[in-house]
Amino acid sequence: MPNWLANALLILPAGLLIAICFKRDLIEIGWKVMAVQAAIMLPVAAYLGLVWAPPEREMGDVYRIIYAHVPQVWMALLGVTLNFGCSLAYLMKKSWTADALAEASAEVGLYFGIVGVTLGAIWGKPTWGVYWTWDPRLTSAAVMLIYYTGYLAMRRFTENPDTRATWSAALGTFGIVIPVTVYFSVVWMKSLHQVQSTPKTVDPQMVFALRWAACAFLCLLITFTYQRYKVARAALAREVAPPEALSGPPPSSNDVAKVAV
Amino acid sequence: MTLLQDSPATRKPPGLLAATLVVLRKDLLIEWRTRARLNALVFFAISTLLLFSFALGANTTALRQHAAGYFWLAIIFASILSLSESFRIEGENHALEGLKLAAIDARAVFIGKALGNTVLLWGLGIVLAPLSIAVFDLKVKMSLWALFGIIGIGSMAISAAGTFYSAIASNARARDVLLPILLFPVLVPVIISSVGATALIFEGDPMGQMRSWTGMLGVLNVIYWALGLVLFPRITEDI
Amino acid sequence: MAEAAFQIADVSKRYGPRWALARLTFSLERGKSLLLTGHNGSGKSTLLKLLGTATAPTFGKLTLFGLDAVSDREAIRRRVALLSHASYLYEDLTAEQNLVVLGRLLGVADPPAAARAVIERVGMTKRADHAVRTFSAGMRKRIAIARLLLKKPDLALLDEPFGELDPEGIAVMEGFIRELRAGGTTVVLATHLIEQGQSLTDTRLHLAEGRTLEAA
Repeated sequence: MPNWLANALLILPAGLLIAICFKRDLIEIGWKVMAVQAAIMLPVAAYLGLVWAPPEREMGDVYRIIYAHVPQVWMALLGVTLNFGCSLAYLMKKSWTADALAEASAEVGLYFGIVGVTLGAIWGKPTWGVYWTWDPRLTSAAVMLIYYTGYLAMRRFTENPDTRATWSAALGTFGIVIPVTVYFSVVWMKSLHQVQSTPKTVDPQMVFALRWAACAFLCLLITFTYQRYKVARAALAREVAPPEALSGPPPSSNDVAKVAV
Repeated sequence: MTLLQDSPATRKPPGLLAATLVVLRKDLLIEWRTRARLNALVFFAISTLLLFSFALGANTTALRQHAAGYFWLAIIFASILSLSESFRIEGENHALEGLKLAAIDARAVFIGKALGNTVLLWGLGIVLAPLSIAVFDLKVKMSLWALFGIIGIGSMAISAAGTFYSAIASNARARDVLLPILLFPVLVPVIISSVGATALIFEGDPMGQMRSWTGMLGVLNVIYWALGLVLFPRITEDI
Repeated sequence: MAEAAFQIADVSKRYGPRWALARLTFSLERGKSLLLTGHNGSGKSTLLKLLGTATAPTFGKLTLFGLDAVSDREAIRRRVALLSHASYLYEDLTAEQNLVVLGRLLGVADPPAAARAVIERVGMTKRADHAVRTFSAGMRKRIAIARLLLKKPDLALLDEPFGELDPEGIAVMEGFIRELRAGGTTVVLATHLIEQGQSLTDTRLHLAEGRTLEAA
């Protein structure tokens, strides 16, 4: 299967994202397209990973879990990075859109992270004989999940929407340290112990199946994040609605006008 | 009123550095006046250190091998206590709001409090280091001054991140759980690099790795202090 | 018309799910004094915190001495003092040390001497070297007043200044307020003691559920 086809899969999500930047109304159609693409691609991804891709030379069929594990961890990192972007945006300019999207991306990223790390642990058992190998990347990814659990807990514990938005934006911005840690942990820990390396026999079919799966999960990530964003936005709209006595939005209330759902 | 000779118009408010020193002096003065709490902190760290021997069994070789890790874990656990204490005193009578309304630069509050916490952790580390060397039977292959230096820059990084997170956690409900949940994950690189550097002090550095560990600690300090300086004013002002 | 001490233009303030102030518009001339009345939870304290820049309006524009309460808050904070429910005191420092910290931040010429002077003025010289932790509520109130005197504000915001004070303390407090007014300070006084308050102020603003009911 040629590589260009794998890259072509990304055209739809990427094109839609760009189109939405120019025309906001497309978002309602766009998320449905993403949902449909995910629904079509995921079963195919399962087929490609489980049947079509060749077995691995040393591990045999066991390795096939990577087609679910690796893309989901990627999506977790993507969610967390999106959370960082939204947090930074909120600090630059107060916006309930950024706040709601930050909450959505953290929660969806956390979901993918939990599934991804769990799959990694399951993979470890037949491969290395233990569920937890203390591989620095696996461990730091698990620590990342703890941080974003704390982030979401802080949001639940804070009733005042303005305070909650500012604090979580600060947490999300400082939190960028953590995905960076996940990335570099392997390098840092290497000088102490030898990292357990995965034998890599890069078969083009394997690469294609992995790319396909990654694209399928990306569509799923976009669908989930947008749906969660709508929930967060609706909750915010209730919280930040003006008092009954306010007939029409007060002069400087640009955020109320935008929140109206 | 003629009570005070000067008038507000002629007063010269302190700059960033002077205001930082006011906050630092105030924090150290409070620590000194409540030094019983400081003693408790030291004994908490010591008991953590000793408990590792029960958790691992009295295996002298294993304990010695990982002593640098236990040492830093003891400091980090103790830092949770000192950091939340540092903002508990600001929460009583809304004292932090009082500072704010005295027109202080919020960055001065951050630097002052983070430096105060650094002094505390550094002091704790200096007390704990000889004790660790004795109980884990360690040999100092490099100089003791280098060890104190590493404890210093490690404490600085912990305090910068810790002051930021403690400011948020102390205002939220469930503050006692929230601080470690948020702080420990960002301290992972600090733990890796300070333990790495400290282990070299005890084991010797034939491969010349010390520079990369201290360099990493330096970079982490720059990142944490910069993030704290930028974000701290936002979390204290926008309420 | 004289310069306004503050102008509140359509200001609303949200605390969590509820609106503490809703679309309030009001202004006060410099040198005048205002009595704020209303039941508990009517928004008196919120209004004082807004005027003291301890918190920012959710909507609307608030200006003090012609300065914007959000963007120019540092300049405003040098001219405004808030006597709040919280005493802003460090429990583990002595009365004098608390005031010295404040004096240093304000840039007072000789902080220790100034601190002793204001402590003497509130009649607390004997307890100046005791930790605030050992003080009664009334004594804390006195030190809180000493903080206000040290600041010498153009606008003094007093939230329930008579609370926790004995009759003698109330008389002393009244004296302070008259003294502040005589010195040209604009005073905003929130209290349940309406008669006492009216004898000390020019105008009255009554709040109910964050809204104005009458301004006379």
